[in-house]
Formats: sequence, C-alpha cells, structure tokens
Amino acid sequence: MIELYAATKRFRSSGGVHTAIRDVHLSVGSGEFVAVVGPTGCGKSTTLSLISGLEPASDGRVLVHGRPVEGIPDGVGYMFQNDAVLPWRSVLDNVAAGPRYRGTSKREARDRARDWITRVGLAGFEGYYPHQLSGGMRKRVALAQTLVNEPSVLLMDEPFSALDVQTRGLMQDELLRLWSGSGAAVVFVTHDLEEALVLADRVVVMTAGPATIKSTFTVPLDRPRNAEEVRLTPEFLDIYREVWDSLREEVQITRERGTGNAA
Amino acid sequence: MPRNAKTAKSAATIERTADAVASPQASGDHGEAAAIARARTAGLRRALGINAVRIVLIAVWLGSWELAARHWIDPFYYSMPSKIWERLVGWFTDGTSQGSIWEQISVTLQEAVAGFALGAAGGVVLGIVLGRSRFLSDVCAPFIKAVNAIPRIILASLFIIWFGLGMQSKIATAFVLVFFAVFFNAFQGAREVDRNLVNNARILGAGRMQVLWTIVVPSATSWILASLHSAFGFAIIGAIVGEYTGADKGLGLLINHSQGVFDAAGIYAGMIIITVLALLAEWLLTLLEGRLLRWRPSVAGTDIQI
Repeated sequence: MIELYAATKRFRSSGGVHTAIRDVHLSVGSGEFVAVVGPTGCGKSTTLSLISGLEPASDGRVLVHGRPVEGIPDGVGYMFQNDAVLPWRSVLDNVAAGPRYRGTSKREARDRARDWITRVGLAGFEGYYPHQLSGGMRKRVALAQTLVNEPSVLLMDEPFSALDVQTRGLMQDELLRLWSGSGAAVVFVTHDLEEALVLADRVVVMTAGPATIKSTFTVPLDRPRNAEEVRLTPEFLDIYREVWDSLREEVQITRERGTGNAA
Repeated sequence: MPRNAKTAKSAATIERTADAVASPQASGDHGEAAAIARARTAGLRRALGINAVRIVLIAVWLGSWELAARHWIDPFYYSMPSKIWERLVGWFTDGTSQGSIWEQISVTLQEAVAGFALGAAGGVVLGIVLGRSRFLSDVCAPFIKAVNAIPRIILASLFIIWFGLGMQSKIATAFVLVFFAVFFNAFQGAREVDRNLVNNARILGAGRMQVLWTIVVPSATSWILASLHSAFGFAIIGAIVGEYTGADKGLGLLINHSQGVFDAAGIYAGMIIITVLALLAEWLLTLLEGRLLRWRPSVAGTDIQI
C-alpha cells in the first residue's frame, strides 16, 4: 500500500542544506494502522508530505498502491496538525468540498456530506461556520472532510495535539470507530507515545533529526479498543515501557540540542 | 478590552440610577427579562448620549466660527457657516455658474465610479495573478515599484493631453489611484493565503483553478475589501483632481471656478458635497462587506452587556 525505500528529504535553508529525514524504510499494508513517534521537530511530518506527494523525495523511492508518487496519489486523505477547515464555509460545505472538487454534483456532494456529518456526531450543526464551533468540533469537521472522500491511505499529522486531554480521548475513540472496517492504511504521526499505543497496530520510533527509523514495535492489544480504558491495562504498561526505553534517548538528545535554541 | 470594561461600567451606573429612580421594588423578582430590558435601555441611553455630545460639538464649532467671522476674522478669506449654507441652497435652487448642480454631481460621480470599478477590477486581477506567481511577481516587482513611486496626481496632466477635457481623462486619473491601492492589498492577500488551506484543498482533490477560486480568492477578499474603503476615496480624489486640472463639467471644476473668483464659501460648499458623496459610498461598501464577510466572527465588544 505505502512503501518507502531509503527515502530522504533535504531542504535548502539559510544555513546550507538541512536534512529532515534520511534513509527511511517503511511499508504499511491496507487496513494497517501505523503510528510514527519521535521527538518534537525531528521530521516526522516530512514523511507524510512525501507519501502525500505534496513534496517530492530528494532521494530514494516512495510508492503508493505500487506506483511511484508523482503529484498527489489517488485515494490519499491527509489530516493536518492545524485546522484546515475553510472559515468562510459552513460545516456542510466544508465537508462537501472534497466530492465537489472531484466533480460530484452539488446535490450528491451535500448528501454525502450530511451522512458523514452525522457519522462524526455533528448532526444539527450543518449550517454553522467554523468559528462558531469548539476545537473538538472543528476536528470532527476536518475528520469528516477527509473521510468523505473514502481514502484508502489516511495520513494524520498530530491531528489531536491541540485538544484538551478529555476531548483527545474522545476523538481517538471516534477515529478508531470510523476507521475500523474501512480497510484504510493509516500513518499517524504523533509525539505522544500513549496516543500512538492506544491507536496503532505498529509503532515506529524515529531518531532525533535528521530522522530515520530507529525501531519498530508491534502493539499486542486486542481490537476493538476503548481509548480511555486500554491505557490502564497491564499489557499497555508493558509495551509502553518497552517503547519508551527506545524513545527516551532520542528525546534526551533533542532536549540537549534544544537548550540553546528552545524549540 | 478597556472599551468593554468601560461600556460595562457605564451601563452599570445607568442601571443603578434607573433602579433607584424608577423602580425601587423591582430588584430581584423580575429576573432575566428585566435585566435584559434594563441593559437594552442602558444601551439606548448611551447611544443617545453619544449623539447628543456630537451635536453639541458641531454646534459649538459652527457657532464659534460664525461668531468669529462676524466680529474678528475676515469672512472674505475664511467665509462663515451662514454664507456656506446660502451658497449650498443657491446651488441647489438656482444652479451654479457651470449649470445645474445635479449635473456636476452626476458627472463627478460617474467618473469616480467608472474609475473605481475599472481600477478595482484591474487591481484585484493583477494582484491575485502576481500574488500567486512567484516568477511573474519577481519579473514585475521593479517596474511596479517605479510606477508606484511616481506622484500619480501628475499623471492627470498627461491624461488631459491624451484623452482631452471629457470624462475619459478623469476616469484614467481615478483608475491609476484606485488600481495601486487595490493591487497591493490583493497581492498581499493572495500571497498570505494559509499554505495549510491550499495543501488541504489539493489533497481533497482541487486543481489549480479550483484552489484559486475556492481558497485564494475568498482568503484575499477581506484584504481586498479593506482596500476598497480607501480606494473609493481615491477615486473621488482622482476625479476631482482631473476636473481641477482641466474640464468642462464637474464638482472639481466648480471648486476651481470658486477659487478663481475668490469665493471661499463656494470651495467649502463643494467640499461638503464631496464629503457627503464619499460617506454615502463608504456606507454602501460597509453593507457589501457585511454581506461578503458574514462568516467572520463578530467583533468583540459589540454585544450588549448585561
């Protein structure tokens, strides 16, 4: 579904060339939920922009559905860290945007949007503008906006990091519920290890920048999971300890570097 | 939020006095509805007070001017409110030295509106195109800076030679003034479009033109509308200066003529007419802005405080 071979991305910056990620090997099958964790600012998001085709890789190969990525591949959905809902459109027209862009008639696009608005629990808010909604509700709009296109590859860049803890737990549950059975391959980037373990089948730990993959862990927790309760089980704590041992060093390195120029 | 706090405070004082005077037994038992009603009366009273103070200020200003012109300063140079009023009434009843006042107003308005419409359209289109194309904007940057550095009013003289004394030369002057005001805002607006929104639209399946129409244009709209307010003022300036430089009709000509015969009252009267026109246009633009920017959160502090 998603394959990266020795993918490397460099940016030209004021101080020369900055390598965001190097030699990343990763493959995600359909229906698989992979979380990528790493210290803040290490280049996790760059991985997503390579898969989405928003940025070309400097080196290595990136394949989606077995084809090299040139431009935005079919079936990709991407939820950004910051709100990307259109402030000048109502909830309904925000969610209908994807189908409209893809040439669906206004009527049908709105029907599909209404369906998804109900599924993310926002029925009754179709006519609201984003500024009238809470942060959690805006995330639901963004989620519906992404899912209405029925992506087979779902990329998520710390989508819930701006939410308070209770809302985040709720959204994690919603995400698992909506994703289950969809068969979509998910790459979920986060710096929150707990979130990664609650959601994913596999957790990939990245090194401090320039980021590459340090280790991969399989999460031995049964589905369906309840996001609030699963974190209290002994199995969860065991795997948490194991992954944290690996992640801790990288966080430490980033902290030491960052003391001069605080992130 | 100091303004907020002040409103709340003054509302509170008024409420308290209203309570004390009118309804000593009202406190408590009416609850919510009474509180809302009281807040509304407080708001009304506040608006009334503001307008009363404004009227007093105008009366003091005009009164002292009139008084000074009658006793101390020479009304030949400085004119006085009663003379200006007489001149205005005369223009509207007997017509002006150039013919009917309505004709002058209509000519100036037509020039300003035509210059405004053309300049705004040109500025928006070019601003958005250059704002979205790095290459074109880099190519054009020095030229635009150079043209912008020209004192554009001088172009009015050139336009008279090119287009003659008729309306075209005034429309051209208004056009250049409006164009640059709108262009720079549209350019900035198109450039500052949130990358996140563009990327999101692309992922959702938007092509280049769809990104332009559904993301760039709406994002730039608030920038553009902000510039349109000052741009209409520029359009009127352009039309008047054009007429002033050489014309056969219009308010600018009227003012120029008043200057020629040392008629200070005539200049003031022309100024007042132009001000009223500009305020009317401003009001219309605010209505338009309200319609186009319905999605924006309302400005804090406009709610009535309870």
